[in-house]
Amino acid sequence: MAQVSLQNIRKIYPNGYEAVTSTSFDIADGEFVVLVGPSGCGKSTLLRMVAGLEDITEGSLSIGDRVVNDVDPADRDIAMVFQNYALYPHMTVRKNIGYGLKNRKTPAQEIERKVDEAAKMLNLEPYLDRKPSQLSGGQRQRVAMGRAVVRDPALFLFDEPLSNLDAKLRNQMRIEIKALQRRLGVTSIYVTHDQVEAMTMADRIIVLNEGRIEQIGTPAEIYHSPASTFVASFMGAPPMNLLEARLEGGQVFVNGGTPLANAQGRGAVTLGIRPEDVAFDPAGPLDFHIDIVEELGAHRLLHGQLAAQNFTMHVSKEVAAAPGAVRVGLKADALRLFDAETGKAL
Amino acid sequence: MKRAGFTTRWLPILLLLPQLIIIAIFFYWPAAHAVQSSFYLQDPFGFGSTFVGVDNYKDLAGSGEYMKIARFTLVFTTLVTFFSLALALLLAVKADKVLRGARSYRTLLMWVYAVAPPVAGFIGLIMFDQSWGPLTELARSMGWDFKLGVNFNDTAVAMVIVSVWKQVPVNFIFFLSGLQSIPKAVREAALIDNRSATGRFWQVTFPLLAPTGFFLLIINITYALFDTFGIVDTLVKGEPGNNPMTLVYKVYVDGFRGNDLGGSSAQSVVLMVLVLALTIFQFRLVERRIHYT
Repeated sequence: MAQVSLQNIRKIYPNGYEAVTSTSFDIADGEFVVLVGPSGCGKSTLLRMVAGLEDITEGSLSIGDRVVNDVDPADRDIAMVFQNYALYPHMTVRKNIGYGLKNRKTPAQEIERKVDEAAKMLNLEPYLDRKPSQLSGGQRQRVAMGRAVVRDPALFLFDEPLSNLDAKLRNQMRIEIKALQRRLGVTSIYVTHDQVEAMTMADRIIVLNEGRIEQIGTPAEIYHSPASTFVASFMGAPPMNLLEARLEGGQVFVNGGTPLANAQGRGAVTLGIRPEDVAFDPAGPLDFHIDIVEELGAHRLLHGQLAAQNFTMHVSKEVAAAPGAVRVGLKADALRLFDAETGKAL
Repeated sequence: MKRAGFTTRWLPILLLLPQLIIIAIFFYWPAAHAVQSSFYLQDPFGFGSTFVGVDNYKDLAGSGEYMKIARFTLVFTTLVTFFSLALALLLAVKADKVLRGARSYRTLLMWVYAVAPPVAGFIGLIMFDQSWGPLTELARSMGWDFKLGVNFNDTAVAMVIVSVWKQVPVNFIFFLSGLQSIPKAVREAALIDNRSATGRFWQVTFPLLAPTGFFLLIINITYALFDTFGIVDTLVKGEPGNNPMTLVYKVYVDGFRGNDLGGSSAQSVVLMVLVLALTIFQFRLVERRIHYT
């Protein structure tokens, strides 16, 4: 267990491509931090630099009290879970889990005890003498987890560990990983492109875009107060509605009509509202034309046009809805304003 | 699932026929012919042959010269196989790590592949030439009076070197592609699990290369036994007398120089049985220990 600190970390590939621009953040002891972003945003590169699988072009990385820029991956006291599990295909589950311990000169009895303990924790006991090729995807994932926990490292690194699993198994493993991390209290960095994983697992989320940090915050902060239109549209399913709006005389207008909120400044802005912060309101200020009703059981999503822009609204299962025109109101304290050009929150 | 099948009986037979004919004419017929003539004593001038039963085989078993050649072939095959595999593996592991100019580097290592065995033998003749061969001079500078074609051991060394040199590129190509087919993440996981590069190689990389290695082992033994004919022929050309030769070359020498077709047929039957036994041994014993992903 340790705290991790990244100071002005940069990654520039030999071809001149800057995968990660100067990035700094600290991770507290025992914290579960999720790096999330679209593919090519630099999240995996960042993780691989922490692991030591990728050189750090600039900046300093410390794990615990130690600067580890030039320390071998094996000496960084980390364990990593890979996307495609990266199990050793020629070793049994027992040997896969124990391999890291064996190379650290752990006595054989100790290895046996720790492997058994990890196997018990992960329900792998019946499979210890099988080869990875005889296991299902979920079991392989557990072996990969076992290989990480058995070493009792200072830091867990997860590189999209669930993206090869089917949806049901993914939900289950998500909870298992989270519970395991809680129980062991090991500092963890988890990379994913799936915003649901990020929201559900993280103590803190770091949203990355094009090699830069867009926002760092708790899941609630990220969801309710996105720092930019990028975060607003990336986090949440369906994403936050973004409408072109105007700021005039201290008030916000969408498509003329009734003022929606008060704010300083003037000119073009982007107005953001989460789909669940919109409600049917016969006296409401806006016309919403529903095109499609998406039935999801617990709730419904209504997709359509508002002020000639795509718009989605979330209603509970008790609220009947059908295609056609309705009047809606927006929850005033849930409105977010962004600069129309830079996309930054105002 | 519905199985695709033929509606008529003669169509699949017709389609298989060309392949079956080729196998029959070029493999089974000559093999059967060799087995048959190994029981006869042929007249050197082709006027007839006499059935002699297993006399040809008895002669072989009693021949000290044949046993000596068999021993040499065993040593030769072992050395050629070992060194061409080991060198190729070393080069492949090193080439796999090269980042800049990897392509041209690999091409340079591969192009000996295009050299035909007799040409390789001829290059060997030049390199080991008695009066001006650069390798002869190198040996001399180290106090070794190298005499190709005169000294048995020197000729054997040259044969091994040229045969290995000729075979390394083939093995290199296979090892390199084998290395590159090992998932990157598995090697990275090993990087985190084991700080020793040697340990990682022997415990993770090497076992995962085993299928490639096993395939190459068979290919290389076959190469050393049979395909080195051209190299042996070029290096000992004219005076096989005191020079080392392999069993295959002996088949040729006895059959076509000595005109003893029966004896040479018996030798090729022995070789056939040897290869058969070797193949069975390899598949039964070695392959079982190998992990195919």
